[in-house]
Amino acid sequence: MTMSTTAGTAAGAHAGSAVGKAAAVEQYNYDIVKKFAIMALVWGVLGMFAGVWIASELAWPFLNFDVAEITFGRLRPVHTTLVIFGFGGSALFATSYYIVQRTCQARLWGGRWAAEFTFWGWQVGVGAGVILYMLGFTQGREYAEFVWPLDIAIAVVWVTYFLVYTMTLLKRTQPHIYVANWFFMSFILATALLHIFNNLAVPVSFTSLESYSLFSGVQDAMTQWWYGHNAVGFFLTAAFLGMMYYFVPKQAGRPIYSYRLSIVHFWALSFLYMWVGTHHLHWTAIPDWTSTLAATFSILLLLPSWGGMINGIMTLSGAWDKLRTDPIILFMITALSFYGMSTFEGPLMSLKSVNALSHYTDWTVGHVHSGALGWVAMITFGSFYHLIPRLWGVAKGMYSTKMIYVHFWLATIGIVLYISSLWVAGIGQGLMLRAFDEYGNLGYTFIETVTFMHLPYVVRAIGGMFFLAGIILMVYNVYMTIAGAKRRVEVDVAARSAAVAR
Amino acid sequence: MKHESVEINAGLLIVLTLTVISIGGLVEIVPLFHIKDTVEEVKGVRPYTPLEQRGRDLYIREGCYACHSQMIRPFRDEFLRYGHYSLAAESKYDHPFQWGSKRTGPDVARLGNKYSDQWHTEHLVKPQALVPESIMPAYPWLLKNDLKYDDIENRMRALKATGVPYSLTADEYQANVTNFGQAMADKLHIPNAKATLEAEAKGRNWDGDKDRITEMDAMVAYLQMLGTLVDFKKYDQGYFASFR
Repeated sequence: MTMSTTAGTAAGAHAGSAVGKAAAVEQYNYDIVKKFAIMALVWGVLGMFAGVWIASELAWPFLNFDVAEITFGRLRPVHTTLVIFGFGGSALFATSYYIVQRTCQARLWGGRWAAEFTFWGWQVGVGAGVILYMLGFTQGREYAEFVWPLDIAIAVVWVTYFLVYTMTLLKRTQPHIYVANWFFMSFILATALLHIFNNLAVPVSFTSLESYSLFSGVQDAMTQWWYGHNAVGFFLTAAFLGMMYYFVPKQAGRPIYSYRLSIVHFWALSFLYMWVGTHHLHWTAIPDWTSTLAATFSILLLLPSWGGMINGIMTLSGAWDKLRTDPIILFMITALSFYGMSTFEGPLMSLKSVNALSHYTDWTVGHVHSGALGWVAMITFGSFYHLIPRLWGVAKGMYSTKMIYVHFWLATIGIVLYISSLWVAGIGQGLMLRAFDEYGNLGYTFIETVTFMHLPYVVRAIGGMFFLAGIILMVYNVYMTIAGAKRRVEVDVAARSAAVAR
Repeated sequence: MKHESVEINAGLLIVLTLTVISIGGLVEIVPLFHIKDTVEEVKGVRPYTPLEQRGRDLYIREGCYACHSQMIRPFRDEFLRYGHYSLAAESKYDHPFQWGSKRTGPDVARLGNKYSDQWHTEHLVKPQALVPESIMPAYPWLLKNDLKYDDIENRMRALKATGVPYSLTADEYQANVTNFGQAMADKLHIPNAKATLEAEAKGRNWDGDKDRITEMDAMVAYLQMLGTLVDFKKYDQGYFASFR
């Protein structure tokens, strides 16, 4: 109950009147939230474009054009970095800075420059990182490709973020720390831990961008997938749950369904996630005991994952009619549904017998995207459609509600095309590779599976295009909303100065 | 303790969260450095020679791991297609590991000696010339670019700092002679690195052009040694199974 009161008070403080707005601008640092929100959309468009491009390279390989910088191998980390750290990261900075101020009723700590430093540090890090990948500088570790000088810079930015966040919590004027902040805190701490230990490396020299990882083989694989899966667990899940815990109740106008459930699933999720990374290494040279532990904890993880989904979806109980009238709620509930679906699929794929088929295939890629597009991107879109008009003080909401509906359908159709085609590609390839003929010889050559995957790859690329079209439409809608807000302010100022002159 | 005390105390929230998220990693990672059976004892595995290591650097630069795994699993179809399943020992000098997570193309853990040097060069320059259905990008620049190896000693020193037994002192060199034989110990000796690399590149007709040392020389040298170090005929299956 306490939490809903906190959120309720925060809502009360944010009255729609012009006076309330002016006060809010002084009370909270919205400038930094706006900057991160805009950059999230910029990176989102670039990152999803890169995704569509590399998906198309797999379907139509001439698109590599024999140009080193844009070959699949170099562009793939460009895509993952832009969408995870550029789009997802900036969206998390924006929403966490917004939420921590609103729920603590305190201005962001550190004056203007601490937060500003996290902004520029993050943007420059992401931008420089992806340019360097294209030029061939990478650590060769999935989702941790940044070269070592950038890793150090990012660590400094992250510690500053931790300081800003914690100090703002400490100067709160509300007695309770709202549940969204627990998830953000867990995300900040875990990301720091993972980033530092997974990037331990010895540079070739102080003037070289290249380095060799401190660990090798089995230990390196273990550390990398402990990092890799928890980048999903904390960066792409816990933090976005924090987003969900604020924006879903706000948009629905109802308190969170169960306070007790949020406590239980927060601690269970934080504890269990850290054990499951090794399910990416089933049947490899990693010792069986780690693999078995990871599979066991992956199954357990279903419970807190669904706890979060149920808590989010049930928040709408008694207000289901909003699904018919509010496209923002539509985005949020669909996001939670995809979250529930992919957190069911995940434990399934972590079973050793299923993994024997699914590992190394596109089933994994499809699974990741049902989480990344369905959950991460959809909850961000929903939250942003709520957030953007409030940041720029537009009382009537987004420029066009119809466009939000169109975006919703473009995104949903895109995801469905994407994941179903990769189920076909992944399961199909897995079955072909393990098929035998009547004499016990291999049923297919490898290249036959590549030929088989062409059609699913085409459909997947088209699915990606749908999704990209959706976010481009969103950018237009956001642009018109902000432009409208600025015009109104100008008209307002002109009217007032005219009155003064008279 | 009531949960409320966590909700009103940021310090407590941070300490408890840190505790909870540290346990899983500690239990699964730390023992791998201490349990002896984690990496098999097997003859033949050795550090990469300077030319091979440069090839490996290029493999990483081009992001080959995005589509090719280097980890064969213990299944019948993988045995028939690729060979004996991969041992932990076979990647013990891999900084970073390149096991991969996706097979858009086939596994390459035992690619070495399956095709000729010429096949690899032609395939990398234009994969579709040899496998028409292939969707692999072409890498013609590997043949055009001269290999950069002026920093090879620094690279080996960095790898030595991570634990790879490249030698600097006479003692370290002697240890390598004992473990890997004199010819190999010479190649693993850091002060010799440049001369070793040049001799390796010119000692075999990797890319069809003996006069220049190209990136292709290094890449082919790396691909041709993948998975060739352990002689599996010398071990019976029960031996490796005992480590798993």
